[in-house]
Amino acid sequence: MYKIVRREVLNPVVKLMDIEAPRVAKSAKPGQFVIIRIYDKGERIPLTIADYDPEKGTVTIVFQEVGKSTKLLGTLNEGDYILDFVGPLGNSMEVPKDAKKILGVGGGVGIPALYPKLKVLHQEGYKVEAILGGRSEEYVIFKKEMEAVCDKVYYATDDGTLGKKGFVTDVLKEVLENDKEIDYIITVGPVIMMKNVCKMTKEYNIPTIVSMNPLMVDGTGMCGACRIEVGGETKFVCMDGPIFDGHLVNFDLAMTRLNMFKQQEKLSLELYEHGGGHHGR
Amino acid sequence: MAVKDRVPMKEQDPKERIKNFNEVALGYTEEEAILEASRCIQCPKPTCVAGCPVHVRIPEFIKAITKKEFEEAYKIIKSTNSLPAVCGRVCPQEEQCEKNCVLNKIGKPIAIGRLERFAADYALENNVEEEVKPEKKNKKVAIIGGGPAGLTCAGDLLKMGYDVTIFEALHALGGVLTYGIPEFRLPKRIVEAEIERVKKLGAKFETNVVVGRTVTIDQLMEEEGFEAVFVGTGAGLPKLMDIPGKNLNGVYSANEFLTRINLMKAYKFPEYDTPIAVGKRVAVIGGGNVAMDAARSALRLEGVEEVIVVYRRSKEEMPARAEEIEHAIEEGIKFEFLANPIRINGTEDGWVKSMDVIRMELGEPDSSGRRRPIEIPGSEFTIEVDTVIMALGTSPNNLIPSTTKDIDVQRWGGIIADETGKTSKPGVFAGGDAVTGAATVILAMGAGKQAAKAIDEYLRNKK
Ligand SMILES: Cc1cc2nc3c(=O)[nH]c(=O)nc-3n(C[C@H](O)[C@H](O)[C@H](O)COP(=O)(O)OP(=O)(O)OC[C@H]3O[C@@H](n4cnc5c(N)ncnc54)[C@H](O)[C@@H]3O)c2cc1C
Ligand SMILES: Cc1cc2nc3c(=O)[nH]c(=O)nc-3n(C[C@H](O)[C@H](O)[C@H](O)COP(=O)(O)OP(=O)(O)OC[C@H]3O[C@@H](n4cnc5c(N)ncnc54)[C@H](O)[C@@H]3O)c2cc1C
Ligand code: SF4
Ligand code: SF4
Ligand code: FES
Repeated sequence: MYKIVRREVLNPVVKLMDIEAPRVAKSAKPGQFVIIRIYDKGERIPLTIADYDPEKGTVTIVFQEVGKSTKLLGTLNEGDYILDFVGPLGNSMEVPKDAKKILGVGGGVGIPALYPKLKVLHQEGYKVEAILGGRSEEYVIFKKEMEAVCDKVYYATDDGTLGKKGFVTDVLKEVLENDKEIDYIITVGPVIMMKNVCKMTKEYNIPTIVSMNPLMVDGTGMCGACRIEVGGETKFVCMDGPIFDGHLVNFDLAMTRLNMFKQQEKLSLELYEHGGGHHGR
Repeated sequence: MAVKDRVPMKEQDPKERIKNFNEVALGYTEEEAILEASRCIQCPKPTCVAGCPVHVRIPEFIKAITKKEFEEAYKIIKSTNSLPAVCGRVCPQEEQCEKNCVLNKIGKPIAIGRLERFAADYALENNVEEEVKPEKKNKKVAIIGGGPAGLTCAGDLLKMGYDVTIFEALHALGGVLTYGIPEFRLPKRIVEAEIERVKKLGAKFETNVVVGRTVTIDQLMEEEGFEAVFVGTGAGLPKLMDIPGKNLNGVYSANEFLTRINLMKAYKFPEYDTPIAVGKRVAVIGGGNVAMDAARSALRLEGVEEVIVVYRRSKEEMPARAEEIEHAIEEGIKFEFLANPIRINGTEDGWVKSMDVIRMELGEPDSSGRRRPIEIPGSEFTIEVDTVIMALGTSPNNLIPSTTKDIDVQRWGGIIADETGKTSKPGVFAGGDAVTGAATVILAMGAGKQAAKAIDEYLRNKK
């Protein structure tokens, strides 16, 4: 059992929690993730480690409520327990020693996934900048945290309520045109966003790593549910990833595979919302 | 004495059982067990025992059954076999103990597995407890992996008085017994009862610990005071066929399919949250126990009308247990023997539509002694399916070797260990599928027992 020691509502669909998990906190590295199971009939869902404190023994997760499991998680409060919390899983984000200026490009709940690495890079003395995007100002989370560890933060929102009106790629183009010092890019966000970012950074020939988010079951390399194609080879994201060279990932396949259980996910959510859950209409 | 026929075991009717996940084979009653046991002629030099990897004292326990001393029978089995309720159900008896029974010469061999199961189930129902009060030794041993190898090694070390902690990556113990072998063949309450026994002996369990990620073996030994480690991490990495279409939606590894169903109880979706998506026609590729389990599980899911096992050799070469093949046939599973998939075709939106298959013929025997299948040119045909499950075997993954100093591995990934389980790293022992590659429950258990002995010896001689 893993205790929820902090809970914050970041926007109408995104919440943050600190979970007591000393072993995970001690070993976590930026880019890694955990798998949680909320209760005995629950599924195992992967969430990125958004921060960790080895001293306090806590791990921060930030999640968007999209289906039954994440909505159920959202109903839990400080002092409640999560049944299972395993990690840190996967590989970590690595940046070449000789990189000069690193640009993070984040969208939605990808922003907190970017945060721990940018924080470490900043502490290590790298020049760090970020482009953050979302639907509107409210949906761009972790602004204060990011501004504290970046030399500069650009914003893009669909409705123009914060920064430029448009996509992160619109800002990215301008930045890459004007700043030739940027020599490494990390991008985390919706698959379609990462795909478009990688398409652009490939034109500029700047190495780019991404964090993939396929469906998972065990997270220990045992089932292959998480497989994607990278450079024409099949890779298991939970073991070989989630961090990959973005210029080699087959994003279209990754997007198709996310739909494998769409019908069942919909049914599960409907039953949850009409069956007396806290989110009943 | 006339040799009577083998006493049959009651089973759920095939028509009924394909609609549920309850156990198929229902076990012997006391009368049936005694009747079957009395067929044993109590050979003075029992050949059956030599066929059992852990040398269960077969005639002795069978004799105890004839005398209605069921508890005694259980204790005799248990003295060499830690998991009789499991082995009685899943051992490939026809290739081990029963193959060596002298009665084969004149009729059917004694149903040793069924009798073993009977004695073990009796003990479970009647709470037969083992009395062990070992003197506590103040030495900590870490067991990595809660499968049959790890559980057995832990049990034996606890009985010797060691302080044992089992680290398991998943949220549940049992290894393949929990996530792989389906309920209808090995009820989870049996597995849970065996785990409970180890717990009662004083084992500490830490689930949700992926050794190599959450903590390393070196950390356990250097920072947490574990003086010896047993690695029983199994061979969980699934092989996928490298053919076009392998990553289409609707293509599963057998491990994913079975894990969703067994560990996550997806067959009870939406009561349980983990989904499983199957179409009307399911193809299972492979011919081992894993393929049979996947096929029979698929058949039991709602909406599935037909399940076809596609195997590249013929029925005779199938490595699955004879009983599972028979059960699969009774249940109406179709077989496409001497056929090998070459391509999976998809719909426009990325789902399986059909599978192209090529006919095979059998050539010369290969290194495994089985005749090698060869493609017949121009014999391709297409089968209409919407779900494909690949059951082509598994291998050990490299997480532990790649994160531990000084552990040597084979080129194919198996940890190198001698017959006592000793690895190249002092204090670290290994056994089960992690060392041999995918094998059997009884071999994994035997390896766990061996390693417990070796660990005891190592710790006695240390310093
Ligand atoms: C390595 C990894 C790290 C992740 N980190 C985070 C994180 O930090 N924060 C966060 O909010 N989410 C993260 N995700 C996604 C998260 O796991 C899913 O949103 C969650 O499993 C959905 O469960 P559910 O039952 O609530 O919704 P479901 O009922 O499973 O799905 C509801 C809807 O969400 C979509 N969906 C499901 N799974 C995913 C997925 N993996 N990626 C994108 N869309 C999905 C479905 O297609 C469906 O439309 C991560 C995924 C991976 C693999
Ligand atoms: C579907 C299926 C059907 C089978 N049917 C039969 C049968 O009928 N008869 C038979 O005799 N055999 C059968 N087998 C084979 C048998 O189950 C295995 O040989 C046996 O379980 C091996 O035992 P083990 O303890 O070595 O490994 P496993 O049972 O694989 O257990 C290993 C455990 O270690 C855990 N683990 C792995 N890595 C780590 C890590 N890094 N840190 C912590 N924990 C870790 C795993 O999660 C798992 O719980 C079958 C196998 C399958 C898959
Ligand atoms: S353990 Fe397996 S091989 Fe040995 S006697 Fe029992 S069923 Fe036969
Ligand atoms: S070989 Fe057969 S008949 Fe002889 S002791 Fe063994 S089980 Fe009994
Ligand atoms: S989630 Fe099962 S192998 Fe990656």
